[in-house]
Amino acid sequence: MVMKHIKKLYAFLIFFFLYAPIMVLIIFSFNESKSRGSWDGLTLKWYIELFKDRQIMSAMYYTLSVAILSSLIATAIGTAAAIGIDNMKRFKKSMIMNLTYLPVLNPDIVTGIALMLLFIFMRIRLGFLTLLLAHITFNIPYVIISVLPKLKQLNKHIYEAALDLGASPSYALRKVIIPEIMPGIITGFLLAFTLSLDDFVISFFTTGSGVSNLSITIYSMARRGINPKINALSTIMFITVLLLLIIINNRMSKNNTIKE
Amino acid sequence: MSQPIIKLTNVSKSYDDHNVLKNINLYVRRNEFLTLLGPSGCGKTTTLRIIGGFETPSSGEVLFEGMDITSIPPYQRRVNTVFQKYALFPHLNVADNIAFGLNIKKMDKGLIKEKVKDILTLVNLPGFQKRSIHSLSGGQQQRVAIARALVNEPEVLLLDEPLGALDLKLRKDMQLELKNIQQKLGITFIYVTHDQEEALTMSDTVVVMKDGTIQQIGSPVDIYNEPKNSFVADFIGESNIITGTMIKDYLVDFAGRKFDCVDKGFEANEEVDVIIRPEDIKLVKEADGMLLGQVVSVIFKGVHYEMMVTSNGISWMIHSTLMVPVGSKVGILIQPSDIHIMKKVKAI
Amino acid sequence: MKENRVVAPYLIWMTIFIVLPIILVIFFGVTIRTESGLQLSLDNFKRFFEPIYLMVLWRSIRLALISTVICLILGYPMAMILASNGLKMKNTLVLLFIIPMWMNFLLRTYAWMTLLERGGIINTILNFLKLPSLNILYTEQAVILGMVYNFLPFMVLPIYSVLIKIDKSLLEAAEDLGADSITVFRKVTFPLSISGVISGITMVFMPAVTTFVISRLLGGGQFTLIGNLIEQQFLFVGDWSFGSAISIVMMILILVSMGFMSKYEKENEGAGLW
Repeated sequence: MVMKHIKKLYAFLIFFFLYAPIMVLIIFSFNESKSRGSWDGLTLKWYIELFKDRQIMSAMYYTLSVAILSSLIATAIGTAAAIGIDNMKRFKKSMIMNLTYLPVLNPDIVTGIALMLLFIFMRIRLGFLTLLLAHITFNIPYVIISVLPKLKQLNKHIYEAALDLGASPSYALRKVIIPEIMPGIITGFLLAFTLSLDDFVISFFTTGSGVSNLSITIYSMARRGINPKINALSTIMFITVLLLLIIINNRMSKNNTIKE
Repeated sequence: MSQPIIKLTNVSKSYDDHNVLKNINLYVRRNEFLTLLGPSGCGKTTTLRIIGGFETPSSGEVLFEGMDITSIPPYQRRVNTVFQKYALFPHLNVADNIAFGLNIKKMDKGLIKEKVKDILTLVNLPGFQKRSIHSLSGGQQQRVAIARALVNEPEVLLLDEPLGALDLKLRKDMQLELKNIQQKLGITFIYVTHDQEEALTMSDTVVVMKDGTIQQIGSPVDIYNEPKNSFVADFIGESNIITGTMIKDYLVDFAGRKFDCVDKGFEANEEVDVIIRPEDIKLVKEADGMLLGQVVSVIFKGVHYEMMVTSNGISWMIHSTLMVPVGSKVGILIQPSDIHIMKKVKAI
Repeated sequence: MKENRVVAPYLIWMTIFIVLPIILVIFFGVTIRTESGLQLSLDNFKRFFEPIYLMVLWRSIRLALISTVICLILGYPMAMILASNGLKMKNTLVLLFIIPMWMNFLLRTYAWMTLLERGGIINTILNFLKLPSLNILYTEQAVILGMVYNFLPFMVLPIYSVLIKIDKSLLEAAEDLGADSITVFRKVTFPLSISGVISGITMVFMPAVTTFVISRLLGGGQFTLIGNLIEQQFLFVGDWSFGSAISIVMMILILVSMGFMSKYEKENEGAGLW
């Protein structure tokens, strides 16, 4: 019995440690005072200021457009790649999978500076395009990793059954394979989207010409000290990520129950 | 007789130096129920997949009504397949699964509906159109898989161990049902199984395969009664296989004495396999027996008893409806017509 | 399916954006700029072994190690609690554990800046309780705290996912054979969870040793880590060759230890992602 209470207390303390800072950020986003030490009453003024802030709004625009574009493109390239990889012979497959894991395992900072060198070398001006290319690059592996297990679960004969019933290979792909692996594709897309929203390190090195995403904006604001607008932004981002995660989680548990 | 609907000539298949099929020659007559039978790895499924178009032979050709279809893709062949694990499309319901092939042919929607309804009645699943695949039992999924293939009115239906995942009772029922459907529709069936009983029950012709080669082609009765070699004899039903010596035509020596038999054409003193079915051996009083032995074990098998009798160091398996207690001294009687003499196969 | 046709865009993409950049980094790493143009040289690597840079490397490794150990000590019991049998709402709790991980990394770090600052909420509470104030912002402790806070879930989740897979009958068998609960833990649970512990260590140590954000924000730029060094070389000093050399060292370090670790964690690939 004592053990049980100790366990509960311990779990509570860990959760407190994890959530307290976030909660403080959220609560103080509604604080009238600019100081962290005192509570001067409820306000929404930081949210209003946030939406008036040109820099933050442009960062939000770039963050969202890069996230949407890069996750869509990465999903298309990654899904096609996964289908091809799944059909490969062992040796070729493991070679390509190693290549796929490389950007996942490589430290972000190395991926970031490497891409930066590439863009400078190729004389592409750092900006929106380079940011987008970089995001697609680090997103593709995650799409592949999400789609491959679905392909493995697929009954190998399903594709043949479609051909047997008169479907051409492309018809079978569109009407049978893609619908079957759709859950994996959507999970991969959401994962890519979330990672893109969240990325700082790689974006930091691959953007320029005044184009920056929210992470970079937060970094440069935070370096200069505390700013309540960041709190307001935190609240919005936290709720967004929370919703996204709940959607992903529901999808995954739904898939699991079907499997059983 | 009309020309065979499917003909394989000199078909071989190898994967990375591994020969899965070695020079297969086979023809299938129209409306025939032909079974490819053999242990796993014998090449039966590969043969079926070559006919279905999922594999291309390394050499040889496949003829369909006399036309070479060796390199025609599966979606242009007039054959359909019932896959081992059904391969139903989980994202489609029963009706959409069955209508899949008809939709590709751009058939009229009303007609498709009609056909789906009819075929579901044929496979005993009336009213199952809207059910999801997940909600069906194994046997029901099996029926949908058969319906999905049959609705396309193929010239030939290929079935790859379609009953393998079902329990014994259901399997027996489905065997009869499949045979009925085949006779009713008059479609050629090519059936793959490793279950010899299933093969004997359903087929017009059985093709016994081993290690990528055909061992014997014949009717179930022929295969059972006149196995061509000891492998076939052993694989089809149970057999006593003993090494013997052919003295001259119609006389063979095994188990320490000479027996009259009905086989001829062997060289004098050639070593041969002597094959005797367990149910062809009669147990009689010691005095009436050709061999003397002692019962060492008795197992009740339902319809009959399986008894092991040792005689001169040889163990005989004997099936009989009459039980002889363990330890009894008995005589063994074998009719000349029940002794099958075969050329020795080299051990592989 | 024509596998080559569908994989081709991916392979082309990866060649241009992953392989080529790494080749560039290696190229810059092994060359130096002289009057007669670029010249092949290992000087950049030699320079890295000067005491001042070795100190940075050592500091990075030391801080990352301390954080990893703290994460392990805090995280293992938490993983056990999450994995324990009769837990109600297990999935919800695990999800709750994952959520902060997906909160923007910068914001999580920023949150501690606001908590730790001189007039921040922690000191306000301490003052209210008449306790001495805590001034750790812009110290090593703050950097370690930031690392532990950011990477703790990376330790807990891999261990958790191994623990829930352990066959409960093994534990019962051990008890049946006379082991008390401490012995069961020492002799059965812990050895079986070692692959999770190793991947947890990897997943905390790797980002901790390469970070430059936490040290910059919570260390106030006084604690140069290897990540900061790379950032400086590329963005301020403009010495791409030296920056590339450091990156190569870091990449080799990480990939080699990953390869080494992956031997032990084959069974729970990617467990930390979720």
